[in-house]
Amino acid sequence: MEKTTSINIEQIPVGPKVKLNGKPAQVVLTDEKIIKDLLPQKFGKKGMLWVGFLLLVCAIGLFAYIRQLKYGLIVTNMRDYASWGIYISNFVFFVAISLVGSLITAVLRLTGVHWSTPLTRIAEIIAVAAITFAAIIIIVDMGRPERFYNLGLYGRLQSPIIWDVVVITTYFFISLILLYIPLLPDMKILLANDPEKKGFFYRIYKFLGSFWKGTLLQFRISKKAINILCITIVPVAFSIHTVTSWLFATTYRPGWDSTNFGAYFISGAFLVGSGGVAVAMYVFRKFYKLENYITDLHFDKMGRIVVMLGMLYLYFNINEYMVPAFKMKKSEEAHLMGLFTGEFAPVFWTAIFGGMILPMIILLFKRGRKPFPMFVAGSMVVVGAWLKRYLIVTPTLLHPFLPMHNVPASYKHYFPSWEEWAIAFGSLAGALLIITIFARIFPIIPIQETITEQHEKNNK
Amino acid sequence: MDTNNTSRKEFLATLVATGLTLAGCSAKKTPFDGIGDEHTKPSGEKVKLLSVDGEVIEVDKAFLKPVPEMPAVSNSEARIGIAGKKFVMVIDLSRCKNLKKCQEACNHMHHVHSELNWLKVYPMQEGEHTAPYWQPTTCMHCDHPPCVKVCPVDATFKRQDGIVLIDSDRCIGCRFCMAACPYSIRVFNWEKPDTLSKELCEQPYSCETSMPQKVGTVGKCDFCPDMARKNELPHCVAACPNGTFFFGDVNQDSVTNGAETFRFTDLIRDKSGYQLMDDLGTHPSVYYLPPVARNFPFEKGLENDHEKI
Ligand code: SF4
Ligand code: SF4
Repeated sequence: MEKTTSINIEQIPVGPKVKLNGKPAQVVLTDEKIIKDLLPQKFGKKGMLWVGFLLLVCAIGLFAYIRQLKYGLIVTNMRDYASWGIYISNFVFFVAISLVGSLITAVLRLTGVHWSTPLTRIAEIIAVAAITFAAIIIIVDMGRPERFYNLGLYGRLQSPIIWDVVVITTYFFISLILLYIPLLPDMKILLANDPEKKGFFYRIYKFLGSFWKGTLLQFRISKKAINILCITIVPVAFSIHTVTSWLFATTYRPGWDSTNFGAYFISGAFLVGSGGVAVAMYVFRKFYKLENYITDLHFDKMGRIVVMLGMLYLYFNINEYMVPAFKMKKSEEAHLMGLFTGEFAPVFWTAIFGGMILPMIILLFKRGRKPFPMFVAGSMVVVGAWLKRYLIVTPTLLHPFLPMHNVPASYKHYFPSWEEWAIAFGSLAGALLIITIFARIFPIIPIQETITEQHEKNNK
Repeated sequence: MDTNNTSRKEFLATLVATGLTLAGCSAKKTPFDGIGDEHTKPSGEKVKLLSVDGEVIEVDKAFLKPVPEMPAVSNSEARIGIAGKKFVMVIDLSRCKNLKKCQEACNHMHHVHSELNWLKVYPMQEGEHTAPYWQPTTCMHCDHPPCVKVCPVDATFKRQDGIVLIDSDRCIGCRFCMAACPYSIRVFNWEKPDTLSKELCEQPYSCETSMPQKVGTVGKCDFCPDMARKNELPHCVAACPNGTFFFGDVNQDSVTNGAETFRFTDLIRDKSGYQLMDDLGTHPSVYYLPPVARNFPFEKGLENDHEKI
């Protein structure tokens, strides 16, 4: 959209009840400037490289999956004991990170927090992209993906898998609508500001948003709809991750047999989600030059949120590991010692210190909540969370009640095969690709809401 | 050996008798009806056959009749089970010396992938100073089966006769049941079983024979319901030369290893039978007799204890 030179002031939609005069702040954020700054931008060289890279990773993942389809799950290194591996940890990771959509959009909105407005769309697209790939990766994990329809034909309500399918589908659609409705006023702006009034994107905007005229009534309805969705999405969000935790907690195995699991998973999910948003904030701000919109204030506030959620998650971790370790039941001992000092200790302590304690320490300092340290801390949280999901899934399976005996040596350990890595990274790249392409087509910061808030600010 | 045979025959005879009464209930005609009865006229065309004693004999072609097979059970019948039965197994730990004949027979008869076993024999030792013993472990056919609870598509199911089976034509391969089974008894066909012949592959899957195993689906010990329908013992029971396994019906209160038959309740009471990890609430159908007064020292079994490659 670099070609945009003239902006027709007449066409600038203005929120209802808001007048068009304002006192200039430090940086004068006129409506024209806001629109110009926030319109989607063409990929530069770096953007092209990034998209190319993601496409390549996805293609490798796809190739690996084709091999898996052809030869069966034998191409993975999962075997009878480690019968779930990084596909499932990836699934849990995706479900976890998708919860941030509900946190930023719904929880903060409902509690009347306003500073988070510029972050809502980032959070919501992360949610949609993540939940999409959560669904995809679960199909990848199936031994018989072509029988997926059996879930509809023979689905039994008593299985937590069915609960998961139901709530994840619901969550996906609510998130999609929560992404879509606030986009409508922006699409009007996009249509108004398309210089050529044709082209592929123009047709997308027209198809998706031409019915939006920006009338008072429409604003009122959309506001109401958003409020209703925000209220409904909170229990659904809690459900998706609670039910995901129940996939483990409804079994008897040491490390999973816990009544704490739902809350433990949700707190971890909010943590990784806000870490993910911190990373995305930094990246978008840097590459889309959004310094006026995602300000140090936002990083500061987000940083505080991450610290708070980090503490919450740490609390649940202490519960999860300390209490069983205090008792050291025979069935739990091998599993716990495997984590604390054994085979999984390096990953375990990396996840605890690198993914939780260290980022929290960074963010406790005001200077740590500046954009770049936030980016670093956020990345640590996200990577740590991914490792943590792996630790939740696989070590437990490698410590069954009855000994692992009379099986090939490869059954007793698990390290993912290249196909598994390729597919896991392919799915991560796919989620990033959705976010990237979304930001190419639509404004990643809500334009209309930014304008409205700017007006409100100016009027004060 | 003689006593063995007689008691086995007796057991089979009772089973056959019950089987016949059952069969009598269904007045369905089989394709073999009317062949080889007294109305059959000799055709004059003779064929040469090898008798059981190894002699070559000649028979008129008209008198040849196909060996009647038990009618194949449809998969929906296989979901219901054998009426009036409630199968149990008793495993006498004092008799096991890790010969693994049970495992061999099971793997062979079910064409289990060479890396997998449905039946596992574990060296067990509860505490530092307690005596080790060998523990053959089958599917417990739990009366409250966690694997059935979690299966999203009813591919694994519990029948009236207590047997837990898998429909490999329906299983989506999510492996939730493997995570749920505390006995780690379930195995997964990570690839097509290397032991399957081409003909077997082409056969339709039967829940009762659990064959042919299919890639991407789960498998496990099935208590050989196909054998029970023929009034025969499961392969592991028949294969164990030490008579470790007893199989039977709680409703008839009798279990047998082929050679010896006991009242189930007496056996469990007299020998202090117990169930594996019953504290989990799984209510297993397999009972263990503790390894007291053993027939073999534990060490005897070590000779045969090697990991799969
Ligand atoms: S032993 Fe395992 S597989 Fe067998 S019925 Fe019980 S839970 Fe299911
Ligand atoms: S792997 Fe098959 S039998 Fe087991 S829970 Fe999944 S669908 Fe059911």
